[in-house]
Amino acid sequence: MDIENPAPEYHLFNFEEGNFSTTLTKKFMNRKPYIVPDPKKVFAFIPGTIVKVFVKEKHKVKKGDPLLTFQAMKMNNILSAPMNGKIKKINVKAGETFNRAQILVEFV
Amino acid sequence: MSLRQKRNDLKKRMQEAFKGGGEQATEKQKASGKMTARERILELLDADTFHEYDLFVKHAGVDFDMDKKYLPGDGVITGTGTINAWPVCIFAQDFTVAGGSLGYMHAKKITKIMDQAMKMKVPLIGINDSGGARIQEGVNSLAGYGEIFYRNTQASGVIPQISVILGPCAGGAVYSPALTDFVFVVDKISKMFITGPEVIKTVLGEEISMEDLGGARVHAEITGNAHFFAESEKECFEQIKKLVSFIPWNNEKTAEPFPKKAPKSRQYKIDHIFPVNQMQPYDVRDIIKAICDDSDFFEVHELWAANIVVGFARLDGQTVGFVANQPLVLAGVLDVDSSDKAARFIRFCDAFNIPLVTLVDLPGYLPGVDQEYAGVIRHGAKVLYAYSEATVPKMTVILRKAYGGGYIAMCSHHLRADFVFAWPTAEIAVMGPEGAANIIFRNEIKASDNPEETRKKLIEDYRQKFANPYVAAAFGYIDAVIEPTETRDFLIHSLSIAANKAEARPKKKHGIPPF
Repeated sequence: MDIENPAPEYHLFNFEEGNFSTTLTKKFMNRKPYIVPDPKKVFAFIPGTIVKVFVKEKHKVKKGDPLLTFQAMKMNNILSAPMNGKIKKINVKAGETFNRAQILVEFV
Repeated sequence: MSLRQKRNDLKKRMQEAFKGGGEQATEKQKASGKMTARERILELLDADTFHEYDLFVKHAGVDFDMDKKYLPGDGVITGTGTINAWPVCIFAQDFTVAGGSLGYMHAKKITKIMDQAMKMKVPLIGINDSGGARIQEGVNSLAGYGEIFYRNTQASGVIPQISVILGPCAGGAVYSPALTDFVFVVDKISKMFITGPEVIKTVLGEEISMEDLGGARVHAEITGNAHFFAESEKECFEQIKKLVSFIPWNNEKTAEPFPKKAPKSRQYKIDHIFPVNQMQPYDVRDIIKAICDDSDFFEVHELWAANIVVGFARLDGQTVGFVANQPLVLAGVLDVDSSDKAARFIRFCDAFNIPLVTLVDLPGYLPGVDQEYAGVIRHGAKVLYAYSEATVPKMTVILRKAYGGGYIAMCSHHLRADFVFAWPTAEIAVMGPEGAANIIFRNEIKASDNPEETRKKLIEDYRQKFANPYVAAAFGYIDAVIEPTETRDFLIHSLSIAANKAEARPKKKHGIPPF
């Protein structure tokens, strides 16, 4: 029962101690590089449908203030402000569906 | 009725029950490349040793017209038999009967055979092939699952529990295999997931096929839920028979001793396998095969976290568990998955009186933001916990690199390894020469006229002074520096000395491993 690679590919794996000749795993090669998250862009953690939006553009909010509620996983979830600031743009309105990659609210 | 009539009546009832879900359902099962439940049991167990129980159990459903239906054996076959003359309790779900769905009596049959296995202290083998809970029986199906999970937990560490996934095993049902010790999957036949593709599409809008979501390969290579991967059901049964030969019946016994056999020294020569160049990789499995009886190494979790190798082998006829860093993959580093893999195997061996042999050759832990965010701290701690907690005989052989945290984690003297040996090529230090140059000698290199030259010289000095086993041996952290060819002899001798090992641990209900 072999791993599927017919002939293992050797890479020079750079480690603190030096470069080791070794094979790499699929998981290691497919890992996502780390991107610093931008706190001014607010995503939801799950796709859903907007129920109600509480803020408008140019509104000033404090950290923890509710921005909107959305329905997902059989519950009404509250999306709160992650920082003190002014709303730059709201990309959704009540009744709209959205997915995980969509920016819902942007801060100035 | 006369005796003959009663006997014929019994035969008739049995024939009726053996039909299972009927010809049509059986044809469908065979057409998808799967054996029927009874065929599987008969294939796995020794010939003529299977004794079936609870054949005439009737299901308890009354709603949704269930009382009008006859489900033979309520969709599961339970009984006892032997594998290589060792007793086992076994159950196999019958997909042809109501999709193998679990109802109240179905679960009762399974829990009954589980209770028997616990009482008789014999291994339990479960063949899972079910559509899930029987919706018509409502909460009784959930009750059934709950009772099974509770017993899985009570039996954990008392008797070996083996799950064979030969069909769908979805939703709550998949937690029973997750609680057992070893999970076997077969390519294209096994399917394991909590939420299926339809639910994922409805809630998240992500599209994925059943095979890509929870097929055999996914669990053998990516999630680590499956310990053994086979291409066919027959191959799977051969693997199960092999596994059972290595492990004891219960936690109060040791595994059956086999006749002593020397390793295949013509095929596996340690001097030829081990490279001269320190940066070159080698397959540590070849080293294991050069050491163990008959070069017979039975690897567990072969396709997952390949940067560490775990599995069973024999030394002088006695089963031992090997844990070894694999320099061939990711330079043998420890990371989230390999820590989980090693810790789980160590705890199984400790629970079932199987001595542990650790082969060490790692540069350290895998760096990376994804590793840190995935909790490599928590997961790495599991290895330390498992090794420290184990009271079976523990032998360690340091082959090459053993730097920093990796040296400690791989069953060092400090985690109470009984015997620690090192090869002359061992490099035991707090960090490698290159890393040391960056920290200890930083000022010296900066201040010198020729930094590159100074750096090379200092690295070489450090290597000569510290990258060897003698500094650790000077403190007694290594018991002996041995020739690679002497390894097998030293290990076998240590095993015989440690045969009656008794080590105390402080009294407690149980520890709190970093789950």
